[in-house]
Amino acid sequence: MKKILALALAAAMSLSLAACGSGDKSNGKDSSASNPGSASNPGSSVSTPEDNKPSLKVGAIYINSQNDTSGYTFQHHNGITTAMKALGMDPAELIIVDGVPDGDDTAVATAIDTVVNQGADIVFGISFGYLNAMEQKAADYPDVIFSHGTGYKSNDTNFNNYFGRIYQARYLAGIAAGMKTLELENNNIGYVAAYNLDYAETCSGINAFALGAQSVNPDAVVHVNVINAWGDETLERQAAQALIDTYGCCVISQHCDSAQPQLVAQENGVFGCGYNSDMTEQAPNGHLTAAVWHWNVYYQTALEAAIACNGDATKFVENMNGPAYYAGLKENFVDVSPLSSNCAPNTQAVIDAVRELIVSGEWDVFSGVKLSYNISEDGKVEIVRTDADLVDNQGNVIVAAGGPSVEDSVITGGMDYNVAGVEEG
Amino acid sequence: MNDPISVLTLFLFNIVLVNIPLLYGTVGEIVVEKSGSLDLGVEGTMAVGAMFGYLAGCMTNSLLLGLLVAFLTAGLCGLLFSVLTVTFQANQNVTGLTITTFGLGLYFFTGKGMGADWPAMTSAPALVQGFAALEIPLLSRIPVLGKVFFSQNGLVYLGIAVAALVWWYLSYTKTGLRLRAVGENPGAADSVGVNILLYKYLHIITGSGIMGLGGFYMALNMSGSFEGSNCWINGYGWIAIALVIFANWNPLLAVLGTLVFGFFNTLQIYSGALAGAFPGALGWLNAVPPHLFKALPFLITAIVLIASSVRKREGSGQPAALGLNYFREER
Repeated sequence: MKKILALALAAAMSLSLAACGSGDKSNGKDSSASNPGSASNPGSSVSTPEDNKPSLKVGAIYINSQNDTSGYTFQHHNGITTAMKALGMDPAELIIVDGVPDGDDTAVATAIDTVVNQGADIVFGISFGYLNAMEQKAADYPDVIFSHGTGYKSNDTNFNNYFGRIYQARYLAGIAAGMKTLELENNNIGYVAAYNLDYAETCSGINAFALGAQSVNPDAVVHVNVINAWGDETLERQAAQALIDTYGCCVISQHCDSAQPQLVAQENGVFGCGYNSDMTEQAPNGHLTAAVWHWNVYYQTALEAAIACNGDATKFVENMNGPAYYAGLKENFVDVSPLSSNCAPNTQAVIDAVRELIVSGEWDVFSGVKLSYNISEDGKVEIVRTDADLVDNQGNVIVAAGGPSVEDSVITGGMDYNVAGVEEG
Repeated sequence: MNDPISVLTLFLFNIVLVNIPLLYGTVGEIVVEKSGSLDLGVEGTMAVGAMFGYLAGCMTNSLLLGLLVAFLTAGLCGLLFSVLTVTFQANQNVTGLTITTFGLGLYFFTGKGMGADWPAMTSAPALVQGFAALEIPLLSRIPVLGKVFFSQNGLVYLGIAVAALVWWYLSYTKTGLRLRAVGENPGAADSVGVNILLYKYLHIITGSGIMGLGGFYMALNMSGSFEGSNCWINGYGWIAIALVIFANWNPLLAVLGTLVFGFFNTLQIYSGALAGAFPGALGWLNAVPPHLFKALPFLITAIVLIASSVRKREGSGQPAALGLNYFREER
């Protein structure tokens, strides 16, 4: 009796799924070609012939709540569900374990077990501290794909990591800030940072932002106030206010979760560059532009690669062209949000020109070549490239004049200095 | 770059401006604890007062109404605590934690539920005006100290007035002395005709209401911007509980405690600026691990605790019956 009931329920469920699927007009048109094996996938029990959406089951481990309406987890969740929709998958079928603390290997391992036991074929872990548990579980479950955000561990088969060249977007945001300092004739820029030298992620962002600002205004100084927390609305607000009060900063940038620094900038009649999402919505009169991630770009790439594995998880790393996905402006993985009307004139033209240069691959931020700009009367921008030492704020030369960009591994893991023009406090 | 003196002034000014909610929380908790009840729900109580006080104040464009609603809604949390622990004799620690969970939940539920209807503080000019700096004539012109102590907003002065009033009430009024008797030895107080139930209820509700005012202050200090990633109260309620011990249950010492905790709290924001302004004298601040600033106040509290336990009961302000429910039948 129980078996019959279970069968009936399973049939009803798969029927309703098929019904949902056929109601969806974008039902996997592009993915159907790349996914001929979906019906024969051992993971799916019942599959009707017209069910042509990918049968891949996606799992995700989040650090905060899946119901967040802003912040880090929200951005990733949004990226995964957007990518799933684009591939004709139903985001409601995403298997999630959320609120998994960073660096608690037991909790992460349990979360992975949960997701895999529910049938996930690919598991995304979004937080840095998941790396050890994911490495272990990738070995334990060789037929499941593991993909880890912001880390550096991987294997040759079913486990990769992914991160982005957000520093390129920071450089562009720095240009917007620099243009504003010229317009306001005030060289002081504030930067509310979760951390500075503790993480390459944070100090590379600060450095790239400072270099971007200095490319426009060589006298620009970036004052960094570190709050020692990724997100703390109260401290973020106090730090931004202190930067404005003590240094008279006219632009406030940030590397922290909430929009408080932008709100404080607006309340004080100054301007700001946000992070993670377009904060013009929160501070319409203060926000210039924000360095943003388009996480869906990665997630769609990864899901397509996973679908192309046809059930053989070991092919994943090969399909991703390597164990570490590290994309930037070129792939549209990072960018700046649309410039607000608060930006100084010609900001858009300069940013567009530099974006084009970076996308072309001819130049990158941390190199021995400095940029400056000639802006003609009619708003045409000419980029001037000058060989110059890249110097840290202790006077050490990082890259000699004319030298190539520092290694990617330095930007993702080794950077522990601030460039000249960055001041702590 | 500002001159060193103005950086120092800003630092001291912010110690007071940012940390006064601790004083409200501490004084409120002292009132509650003096009745013999240990309410660990300060964080949640403040959150409820903050949320509803802000919404009421903003929607009616009235500082007074905001204060009143903050006091009353936080008082309701106190009422809930009283019903559970005084009438139904529930465990005080567990009930307090419940109030915190409940209060924070209600805070996020209400805030997120408002969605796009969330009122901006700028839409309530009277609220903005009410929270603006009130410069006290003459005194505010004293260099440094004038800005630090006499150019604050009205709610700062109110907080200090409440602390002084509670101190006077506990030390010099008949009801205040009876309240202390309830906290020290409810059986003895009962035997001389003090209505234990009434005293406990009234003071838990009043104390909670005072905490709510602190929450309201934090809402205004955050310019009423609700983002929902963390609560406005941000752990201040827990610090207030530690401050009660630091202040030895004395509301006047709570003012001092607030400034000491506030000093370290604000130092983590201003350490860089101070080191830059006084490179010779304070340059070492840049080398201090910032987490130490977060830990130091609690380290001091631990030392105070040890010191007071060495002194035994001599001079300790801790009510003897703190945390114990009063069963009349077991007297």
